[in-house]
Amino acid sequence: MPSLKKPTLAVWKFASCDGCQLSLLDCEDELLAVADAVQIANFPEASRAVQKGPYDISLVEGSITTPHDAERIHKVRRSSRYLISIGSCSTAGGIQGLRNFANVKAFTNTVYAHPEYISTLKKSTPISDHVQVDYELRGCPVNKYQLLELLSALINNRKPVISAHSVCLECKMKGNPCIMVAHGTPCLGPVTHAGCDALCPSYNRGCFGCYGPKETAEPASLSRRMAEFHNVRKPELVHLYRSYNAVADEFKKESESHETD
Amino acid sequence: MGTTNKALEKKINKKISKSVTSDFQIGDNFCIDIKELDSIFTALKEKSFDLIGPTVKEQTIAFDQIESVKDLPEGYTDEQSPGIYRVKKTDSKTLFNFTTGSNSLKKYLYPPHHTLWTASRNKGNFTVKENIPNLKPLAIIGLRACDLKAMFVQDRVLTQGEYKDSYYQLRRNSLFIVAVNCSRSVSTCFCTSMGSGPSVTNDFDLALTELITNTTHKFRLEVGSDKGLDVVKNLKFKAATNKELNDAKEVIKKTTNSITRQLDLHHLDVILKGSHDHKIWDEIGKECLNCGNCTMACPTCFCHTLEDTTDLTGSTAQRTRRWDSCFTIEFSYLHGGSVRTSSGARYRHWMTHKLATWIEQFDMSGCVGCGRCITWCPVGIDITEVAQTLRQTVLDEAHAVAWEEI
Repeated sequence: MPSLKKPTLAVWKFASCDGCQLSLLDCEDELLAVADAVQIANFPEASRAVQKGPYDISLVEGSITTPHDAERIHKVRRSSRYLISIGSCSTAGGIQGLRNFANVKAFTNTVYAHPEYISTLKKSTPISDHVQVDYELRGCPVNKYQLLELLSALINNRKPVISAHSVCLECKMKGNPCIMVAHGTPCLGPVTHAGCDALCPSYNRGCFGCYGPKETAEPASLSRRMAEFHNVRKPELVHLYRSYNAVADEFKKESESHETD
Repeated sequence: MGTTNKALEKKINKKISKSVTSDFQIGDNFCIDIKELDSIFTALKEKSFDLIGPTVKEQTIAFDQIESVKDLPEGYTDEQSPGIYRVKKTDSKTLFNFTTGSNSLKKYLYPPHHTLWTASRNKGNFTVKENIPNLKPLAIIGLRACDLKAMFVQDRVLTQGEYKDSYYQLRRNSLFIVAVNCSRSVSTCFCTSMGSGPSVTNDFDLALTELITNTTHKFRLEVGSDKGLDVVKNLKFKAATNKELNDAKEVIKKTTNSITRQLDLHHLDVILKGSHDHKIWDEIGKECLNCGNCTMACPTCFCHTLEDTTDLTGSTAQRTRRWDSCFTIEFSYLHGGSVRTSSGARYRHWMTHKLATWIEQFDMSGCVGCGRCITWCPVGIDITEVAQTLRQTVLDEAHAVAWEEI
């Protein structure tokens, strides 16, 4: 950023669990360097001292699920130079996107004694459905090293080193033998966006796609293979794609294609 | 005078052939047991080599650091087919009764990540420090013929062109290779089609052939280089008998005959280069996940990208080289966008390079027939099958055109 003054940083919360904001606080060793490099101007989770906008960098966590938030995100956009959505809620609609496949009214009627007080939208939607987003950082939660890399890139006016390829490349570079090929464990790695450094496969757990679809993801071919060779049945395929990125385009389409009437 | 000299030479030669403990030469064959094999490992460690060998890792056999023969996969064997790899423990005492593992030599000679340099800002100036890796020499135990050929291919690409990779060369120079002739094959092997196996013929320091019966367990040991000679010269090994040499030949013959997968290379490069717009790539595109596993598992794929990073303050910067894959969008990103957006186009590009344009570039094929791209493809796409289908379709189409013209 060319300005001599330290860039100001704001962190905003929408429908989310706070995990992505915590990734920033989780930077521990690097937190002082972050505080040195930017002026933390509006970050209620970290400090009650809130400065007025506009802000140079806004990190937005969470999806849009209420009429109020659908208004509020426009205010955030207006007061931000760079708006960056962080985490699967804000980039894809999050786990709460599961409501998009169901009747929200039936839920509120079941859960709340007075559902009439609940003001919620029928669908959970990513930030980019509402305002122009300058960058999306994937993950549930986001990886703190990627968050630091993104901030470093922004502050130093360079391109962030963040790739949209598959988790498989990270697995192979780490030296992990492929758990799907060698163990027969169903894994969404081949269709999932990298960034976690192949966390789950490194512990012999199949990737469950928390970073959402990778660039040019081809889940249909993967599903056919999992069904034929790894005994994954149709309802399981639906569940596999319906988690934190259930309403991301490629995953949504794929899960719907396996729904039985 | 001449006759005397000849007689003397004969006498000396006779003496050399009798002696089994000294005056060895390249091409000599010995027969050793497991203890003696371990003594080679000890000798290598004494020469300050780190031993890298096949070992059981996460239900696969993979190259990793080993200390002795105890770390080798005793009794383990493998089964491989498109998209499937399994190991099985048997009661046998074999140490090398499996084929290619989940990784190759590539990660040791051409590591996935390598920081090339670090730059630091200093009072209006900046300094750049090259990162020259501090390397321990490596001894690779149990390298297969296909992987040895792959190393030869990478040597050609990375050290013999206009632009030499000095880091690769550095690692390569300090390498010691104990190769193994394959005593079995799996369904994905096609080294015989590529002229790269199953027996090693050159570029090794020592080579083993495992000879096992119900009662005996021995190894034929062949010396392939001065470095190899240097390691075994003081180890007092027995020369291999004719029977042992024949037994070793039989092992290789049996393995050769067991390989059924074939890649027909006849005009394959011409067919591939002429099939840029063929419909087969659309079909492959429906299967291919463009995940990049084939390129990562391939022992000859050498593509990398450079990543420049800074710290938060911008006072230090780093350039890192890391493996890249032609199956990513960024790989073919030129001004305005990616050149190969579909999976089919990326598969075509990879396969055409490997089997056709590589030959133009480096006078050799980029494929050694190790079969890793077939085994480690999560959906089991088989390059030999794709090549055969393409050949057949192109031929059929040509016939059809010819008939029409008649």
